[in-house]
Amino acid sequence: MSLEDKYLITVGLEVHCELRTATKLFCGCANAFGSPPNTNVCPVCLGLPGALPVLNRQAVEYAIAIGLSLNCDIRRSVFARKNYFYPDMPKDFQISQYDEPICVEGFLALPVAGKRVGIVRAHIEEDTGKTTHVGNSGRIHGSDFSLVDYNRSGIPLVEIVSEPDMESAEEAREYVSELRAILVATGATDGKMEEGSMRVDANVSVRLKGTDELGTRCEIKNLNSLRSLGRAIQYEAQRQMELVEEGGRVHQETRHWNEDDGLTSSLRSKEEANDYRYFPEPDLVPLEPSLEMVESVRRSLPVLPPARRAVLAELAGGRPSRSELEQIGTCITLELDDYVISATAAGVPFKLALSRTANELAALVGTAEAVAAGSFVEVLKAEDSGRLSATQAKAVMSRLAEKGGSVEEAISALGFVGLSDSEVAALVERVTGENPDEWGRYLAGENQLAGFFIGAAMKASGGKVNGRIFSALLAGKREVAQH
Amino acid sequence: MAIVDMSAREMAAAVRSRELSALEIVDAHLAEIDAHDHEVRAFLLVLGDEARRRASQIDAAIARGEEVGPLAGVPVAVKDNMALRGVETTCASRILAGWRPPYTATVLERIEAAGAVVIGKTNLDEFAMGSSTENSGFFATRNPVDTSRVPGGSSGGSAAAVAARFAPLALGSDTGGSIRQPASLCGVVGAKPTYGLVSRYGLIAFASSLDQIGPFARNVEDAAALLSVIAAHDAKDSTSLGAGFDASEIATGVRGMRIGVVEEMLDGVSPGVSSVLDSAIASLVEAGATVERVSVPAARFGLSAYYLIAPAEASSNLARFDGVRFGLRVEGEDITETYLRTRASGFGAEVKRRIMLGTYALSAGYYDALYGKAQQVRTLIARDFAAAYERFDALISPTSPTVAFRFGERSDPLSMYMSDVCTIPSNLAGHPGISVPFGAAEEGMPAGVQVLAPALGEATMFKVAMALEAAAAKQTVPAWRSAAAS
Repeated sequence: MSLEDKYLITVGLEVHCELRTATKLFCGCANAFGSPPNTNVCPVCLGLPGALPVLNRQAVEYAIAIGLSLNCDIRRSVFARKNYFYPDMPKDFQISQYDEPICVEGFLALPVAGKRVGIVRAHIEEDTGKTTHVGNSGRIHGSDFSLVDYNRSGIPLVEIVSEPDMESAEEAREYVSELRAILVATGATDGKMEEGSMRVDANVSVRLKGTDELGTRCEIKNLNSLRSLGRAIQYEAQRQMELVEEGGRVHQETRHWNEDDGLTSSLRSKEEANDYRYFPEPDLVPLEPSLEMVESVRRSLPVLPPARRAVLAELAGGRPSRSELEQIGTCITLELDDYVISATAAGVPFKLALSRTANELAALVGTAEAVAAGSFVEVLKAEDSGRLSATQAKAVMSRLAEKGGSVEEAISALGFVGLSDSEVAALVERVTGENPDEWGRYLAGENQLAGFFIGAAMKASGGKVNGRIFSALLAGKREVAQH
Repeated sequence: MAIVDMSAREMAAAVRSRELSALEIVDAHLAEIDAHDHEVRAFLLVLGDEARRRASQIDAAIARGEEVGPLAGVPVAVKDNMALRGVETTCASRILAGWRPPYTATVLERIEAAGAVVIGKTNLDEFAMGSSTENSGFFATRNPVDTSRVPGGSSGGSAAAVAARFAPLALGSDTGGSIRQPASLCGVVGAKPTYGLVSRYGLIAFASSLDQIGPFARNVEDAAALLSVIAAHDAKDSTSLGAGFDASEIATGVRGMRIGVVEEMLDGVSPGVSSVLDSAIASLVEAGATVERVSVPAARFGLSAYYLIAPAEASSNLARFDGVRFGLRVEGEDITETYLRTRASGFGAEVKRRIMLGTYALSAGYYDALYGKAQQVRTLIARDFAAAYERFDALISPTSPTVAFRFGERSDPLSMYMSDVCTIPSNLAGHPGISVPFGAAEEGMPAGVQVLAPALGEATMFKVAMALEAAAAKQTVPAWRSAAAS
C-alpha cells in the first residue's frame, strides 16, 4: 500500500494579489512596477513621522469586485495594525484587516476536480517595500548590507484565504489557475506571478485516511509559479507522510520552498512566530461600503470565467468529458473562448473548434490574438471540408499568427493550394498506371494499399494533393473497374 | 503698552492698519526671547532669521495692498512635534535629533496662510509623554511665573512661551491634558478641540486616537481666533471632521446656561485650587448661570484606561524610530542589534516605560483584559458624559489638582500621572476642553478652571470661558516682572 493510498493530503491557500490601482493604497504615489528604486515614494508610504494614511477608493472597489466574483458577503470592515519590525516596512507595522475583513464566506468552483473550495475571507492590506541583501548569505542575517526599495511600500493588496478544501497538488494548481482567471477578468489585478503581483502561500497537512482531525500544518512560502506550487506541495506532503510513517511528528512551522533544490526547509517554528499585537488602526475610520457602491461594482463586473465556462460546456452537449473540461479550462484561462463560440456558430464541429483553440491557438500564446476570429473560423471550415489537412490547417494558423494577412494568402504562400478535381483524377490515373502490381492487388481487395497510392500521389504532387479527395477518386476508379 | 503685552488680535490689527510693522512685532518678541529664554528655556529652536524674513514678506504684501490673513504678523510658537519643512523637528527626543521633515504639517500651512509667523519650536516632554517637560531629551523648561517650578507638560514650552511674552500665541498638542494642564500651571489659556476638528497631518503621533492640536493664548478670544484658523476639514487626515469653528459668537454670556461641576474631578484637589474653583463657580452664578454638581461615574476609570490605550498606540506609533530611514542610528552587528541599540540610546526612560506598557497591553493573551477592557471603559465614559450633557450645557472642574510643582518633586510616575486626572476623560470621549486662568492658588502660583463641552460644543465652551475670564482675578506675570515691581 503506497503512502498516497494511506494518507489524505489537505491544502489551504493564501493568495496575495496586487491591485491595478493608479495610485497606492494610502497615498497618491504611482502604483507602478519597474521604476528606479525609491522614486514612487512620499512621506506617507515612507512612514515619515506625522504622515497619515488616506484610503484609496479604487482599491476598495477592486476588493469588492474580487469579493463578489468569489461569491463573498461584502461587510463593514476595520483596518488593523500588524506590528513587527522589518526594514522593508517603513512604519514597522502593516496596515491590514484582521478580525473584520471586507469579504467573507465565499467559494470558488474547481471545474475539473468538480468541487467547491470555500473562501474564508478576502481582505485589503498594504504591501511592504523590497529588500535586497548584499553579501554571501542572501538573507538579512549575515549579509554585508541590505538595500531597500520602497516603491512597493503601500501598493494595495487583497489577500484571499481559502478553506483547507483541497486534497492534492493538482487541485491547488487548479484553484490558483481558476482564481487567477477570475481576478484578471475582474480587472482588479494583472495576475502576473512572475512579477510578484500574485503570490501564493500554501498550508499543507496530512492525516491517515478515515480520521477526521486535520494533521499539523506547515505553511510554505516562496511559491512563484504554478509549477513551484505543485512541486512544493507534492514534496511537502511526501515529507510529512514519511515523517509520520516513521513515527515522527510534524511541527507547525513556516517553510521555505527552494526551487533549485526542489525541497522545503524550515524558516521559523510556531514558537518563534511573531506576536503581531493587532489592534484597530486609529488613523483610519471603519470602512462601510454603501449598498449602492457594492451594487455599482456588481453591475460593472464582466462575464466571469465560471459563466463563460458554462457556455462552452453547453456547446459540448452539457456534459463535457474530463479532457474537454481541461481544454475548456485552457480556453477560459487564456481568454480564447470567443474563438470556440464563433467557430461553432459558423458550423465547425465543437470538438474540432475546442481542440484547435485549446491546443494550436493556445500554443501561440502572445501571438494568438493576431489570428482574427474570422480567419480562425475560415481555416477550421477548410479543414472540416477536407480542403486542408489537419497538419496544413495548423501550419496556416501558425503563419497567420506570425505574419498576419488573409487565410488565402497563407494557404498559397505555404503551397497548400489544392489541385483541381480533374488534376487529382489525372494523378489517380498516373500513380495506378505507374504501379500496375499494386493496382491489381488493390482491385483484388487489399484495401490498405490505398495508403500506398496516397503516398505516391503526395510525392508526385509535392504534397499538394488532398488525401481525402484522392482517396474518394481512387475508390471510385476501383468501383468502375470492378463492374 | 509694550508690543509683547498686546493681544494677538491687537497685533494683527496694528499690522494691517500699518500702525506697526510685522517686523517690529517679530523683533520685539525676539528681543524678549533673547532677554529671558535663558531663564525659561521654552524653545528648542528659535527661528529668528526665518521669522524676520517672513515678517518682511508680510509687510511687503501689505504695502502692495494685498489681502493678508487674520493673524498677519502674529508670532506663533510651535510645539516641536509638528513637522515644518526643512526645519529640525525632534519631539524633544535624541532619536530624532537633526531630522528635517520634507513636508509641513497642515496646521502650520494654515497658520502661515493666515499670516502668522512661526517664531520657534518649543520644548516638550519627549514625544509628548509627561506632565512637566522634565522628560525632554534635551533640557527642562521652567515655569516663567516661578522658575524653580515646572511649567507642566507635555506642551510646557508652548505654555511657557506664551506666559513669558515670547509669543502671544502658541500651538500645542493634547493627548491627555498636554495643552490644558501646562496652561493651568503657567497661567494662560489652553484649549483642546473636539477630536477631528483640527488636522493631525504632520503632528508626530503619540496616541493617534487621543491626540489633538490646539491653541495657547493669554486671553480666551485670542485662543478662539487661533482655533478658527486651524479648525477645518483636511483630506489628508481620515479622522478629520467636516466642521470648522466660528469664533464670532462667543461673547454672548452665560445667562440661563446650565453648568455642572464634575464630582469625580474634585478628589485630591489642593485647598488653593479648590478655592479657585469655588470662586469661579460663584462668578458663573453671578453671571446668571445655574451651577450644580453632577456625577460622571466612569470618569474615575479614565486614568487607568488612558494608561493602557495611549501607551498601546504609542508602542506602535513609535516603532518606526528604528534607525533604518531617519534620525539616530547606532550600528550593531546585525539589524536586530541595530534596532536595539538605536532605540535603547535614542529614547528616554518615560518613553521606554510607555512602549513597554503598551506592548504588554496589546500582547496575545492580555489584549482582551487590558486594551480591550480599556476601550470598553472609553465607551462608558462617553456614555456617562452624554448623560451629563442631557442636563447641562457645559461642565467645569479644576484643570489640574495642584499648582505647578518644583523640579524633581514627582519622581514617581504615578504621582506625575495624577496631574492629568481631570483632563484625560475628555480625550477618551473625544470632547473639547479648555483651561482658563482664574487667579492664583498656593504660593501665588496660577490655577486654571477647566470647561468641558460635548463634541463640537466649542462655541458653548468658549462662552463659559469668556465669562470666567471676565470675572478672573488679575493674571500672574513672569517672575522677572514681579521681581521688578516689588
